[in-house]
Amino acid sequence: MASMRVVVDLTKCEGYAQCAFLAPEAFRMVGDEALMFDPAPPDELQEKVLRAAAACPVQALQVDMADLPTPPPTATVSADGDDRLRHEGRIVIVGASLAGLKAAEQLRAEGFTGKLTMIGDEPEEPYDRPPLSKQVQTGWAASADTTLPRRRDIAADWKLGVAATGLDLEHNFVTLADGQHVGFDRLLIATGVRARPWFVPEEAGLDGVFTIRTRADATGLRERLMAEPRRVLVIGSGFTGSEMASVCVELGIPVTVAEAGPAPLAGALGGVIGRIAADIMREHGVDLRVNTRVDSLQGEDGRLRRALLSDGTTLDVDVAVVALGGIRNVEWLQGSNLAVGMWGVACDAGCRAFDANGLVTDDVFVAGDVARQPQPMFGYQFLAMEHWGNSVTQAQVAAHNMISGKTDRWPHLEVSAFWSLQFGNNIKSVGVPVIADQIAITQGSVDKRQFVAAYGYKGRVVGAVAWNQGKWLDFYEKLIEQAAPFPPPYDMTNPPADPTPVPAEFPAMTYPGRDATVVVTGHDPSERRATLVRGRR
Amino acid sequence: MTEASLYDQILDFSNRANPWPLYEKLRSQPVWQESDGTFVVSTYREIYALMHDPRLSSDMTNLLPQFADRVPPAEGPHSFITTDPPRHDVLRRLAMRQFGPPHRPDLIDRLTPALSGIVTGLIDKIAEKQEVDLVDEVAYPFPVAVICHLLGVPPEDEPKFSAWVNPIVNALARPTPEQVQARDDARQQMSNYMFELAQRRRTEPGDDMISGYVTDDSPDGRLEGGDLFATLMLLLIAGHETTVNLITNGWLTLQRHPDVLERLRTEPRFAIRLVEELLRYEPSVHILPFRTAVSDIEIGDTTIRKGHPIAVMLASGNRDPECIPHADRFDPDRADNVHLSFAGGVHYCFGAPLARLEAQIALTQLAKRLHNPRLVADPPPYRPSPVLRGPIHLRVAYESILPAGNG
Repeated sequence: MASMRVVVDLTKCEGYAQCAFLAPEAFRMVGDEALMFDPAPPDELQEKVLRAAAACPVQALQVDMADLPTPPPTATVSADGDDRLRHEGRIVIVGASLAGLKAAEQLRAEGFTGKLTMIGDEPEEPYDRPPLSKQVQTGWAASADTTLPRRRDIAADWKLGVAATGLDLEHNFVTLADGQHVGFDRLLIATGVRARPWFVPEEAGLDGVFTIRTRADATGLRERLMAEPRRVLVIGSGFTGSEMASVCVELGIPVTVAEAGPAPLAGALGGVIGRIAADIMREHGVDLRVNTRVDSLQGEDGRLRRALLSDGTTLDVDVAVVALGGIRNVEWLQGSNLAVGMWGVACDAGCRAFDANGLVTDDVFVAGDVARQPQPMFGYQFLAMEHWGNSVTQAQVAAHNMISGKTDRWPHLEVSAFWSLQFGNNIKSVGVPVIADQIAITQGSVDKRQFVAAYGYKGRVVGAVAWNQGKWLDFYEKLIEQAAPFPPPYDMTNPPADPTPVPAEFPAMTYPGRDATVVVTGHDPSERRATLVRGRR
Repeated sequence: MTEASLYDQILDFSNRANPWPLYEKLRSQPVWQESDGTFVVSTYREIYALMHDPRLSSDMTNLLPQFADRVPPAEGPHSFITTDPPRHDVLRRLAMRQFGPPHRPDLIDRLTPALSGIVTGLIDKIAEKQEVDLVDEVAYPFPVAVICHLLGVPPEDEPKFSAWVNPIVNALARPTPEQVQARDDARQQMSNYMFELAQRRRTEPGDDMISGYVTDDSPDGRLEGGDLFATLMLLLIAGHETTVNLITNGWLTLQRHPDVLERLRTEPRFAIRLVEELLRYEPSVHILPFRTAVSDIEIGDTTIRKGHPIAVMLASGNRDPECIPHADRFDPDRADNVHLSFAGGVHYCFGAPLARLEAQIALTQLAKRLHNPRLVADPPPYRPSPVLRGPIHLRVAYESILPAGNG
């Protein structure tokens, strides 16, 4: 096992390339500003990697505790803080991935000395998922090497490889698949999402059909890509699907992308940007089929052989990557009387979960991909942000609030951000583009694939996307925080050919909880209770 | 007459050794407007935001006509340091293509043994003495040798650059007419020299950067003509004056903090974090003096006006206690050291990785080889420039020089 583990917070990374200069074996620039990193560089690179970490201008590069002495916990004991909880309390974190680990580190960093239990259904320690569809598939890193570095000793009792199956809020314990009960004073739900499988189970079971979410997925897919498949079919062209198409191009494997909507990335970035993404895919030789569904996957002897598309064509394929988004892992909470469903777990801006009545709980918190919280900056809408950076910041806020008194709580108000690396392009975004009604190119050149576009909603800036121009996004983040006017009413350097706002062309948004069915019982206000009814879908 | 403004006092040579109390006063408001129209920005957050603000311009042709005399007269094409995107991006990409990733990712890394060798040789040379000027003997010749090596300038021509670079650097902020004349003469001579060197490399290319510039066809084309000379002049000037200051300021700071100097002697890899803190605490570049705005920029209660000169006070931002805990304390153990010393955004220092390596290597060897070093004068005499600030001489006395590689 490598002694050193590395992760780069690519939300923060602005592509200054200092790490790539100082430790070129472990960090590699793709184009001018996208970064690939080896999550487990060999021991002999340790000095260089430490140099790289120290040099990062935005301190985005995280190494195991090796690089710095562990700082003492910050003494933030509040006037109304519960000191007994801080010192003797029992905190259980369900979900041992990025959000869970970051919450655990934050708890210890803030001086929580009680008992901490980490529960995860996968057998591995927390690992980083973004490399699974990038470095791991191109062979630059091994799937097994993506374990997240530890920023401090979290002294947890780990229960890995055993899923949580139930939650009892009357007696405050979590039930595990092996029948154990784990009691808590505070609970963090960070169970995330799983990949949405191909909707026909027999076809999904064919050898050669993959989703990509876990290490095991990534390992299997990598093996199959190395076996010279005739063609790869990518189903769906969101970020994961597009990145997989890019990987196939890099590996020289013929690839078809079937997208049911009008353009790649259109769901996250709108039709205007989607058309640019489509052009880039085709320039790189991807057989992109938009407005096209996959009607069936067909196999011989249990192995995938061909796919039938809704445009009437049949493709000979050996590998299909199903990239149709995720399903939130909430089934284990169905008996809990929390307000959970396909929308995830709703919580307040301080990450406290709502129960089925819509009442906020005091001891159950939510963070990461499974959380859906109100976004004050974006019309107080309840939004789930399935982004790496969101998992980190939300987990830190949740952890802080778990052990803080009510006058000391933080709201989670980070402007969300995400990135994608595909076809040599570094695509970064801030804010919530999906709520926008308009988009305007504000800087640079679309033709050169070096531009920034701002998203507006009713005359104010709500998001931005940078295409190989990531160093400007801090500016747009501030515009979003300030509810600045859209389009920005002033000159900038590097003005675009045409700054005129146009419709952003997002598919209509529907709140996934819209169809939730709730039955209310009782007459007296003290008796009235809501119950979520399930199984009516 | 009105009293000299804080900015005037900072530029005044008599405050060169200790500008920090003036910076502290300056930070009492984020932006000041000088009577000559210049806006001075001194606080961390505002500087950081400005460096990522697409309204900020490095292209001095965006100055209003009444401010045109503030900057060196433009002769021929500009280097990327004085242009805005998209031209900036093309020029910088062309320059980077021969220096670092993605095209030459391991150039600087592979240079590491040579860097150590140069420093060892320089320190060997002072083994017989008991007192030297560290600037003349190590801090100056080291980066000059490195940049000349990278560019492909023959070692015998190195002394010429010393004579050319100083007048150019000395004329960076509010120069006298004599300084302007000296600068222009030096630029002309350097330009003539570079022209001849580039001509030679076209027909006899090596693996140096100039050979790459004049022979390599990149997607952006070649770096040629005036663009090439502008870039080379920039790399030569920026490539050593700043590093000289980093090493000299660094040694001065180490002598003032004997406990830290001792750790550098004994703790492996200590130089990595040490140099990062030195960059914050005693940066080479104190001020970005040549910026303007293409639109009005509101900062707090102040509006920086379009077309006015802007001075960005990087060194002051590095000591802003609002953002940097115990900012006035020299603390190599600090976590998340996010200083402004290499600026930020698209104009982030081109040579930063090289500067870091050079300082780490030079300071480590000095610490390990100088036996009982002490400063002859503290504070030492400073260079005239308030922009690239550092001692002009740093006399150090010592008992002996220990052999290289000894611990």
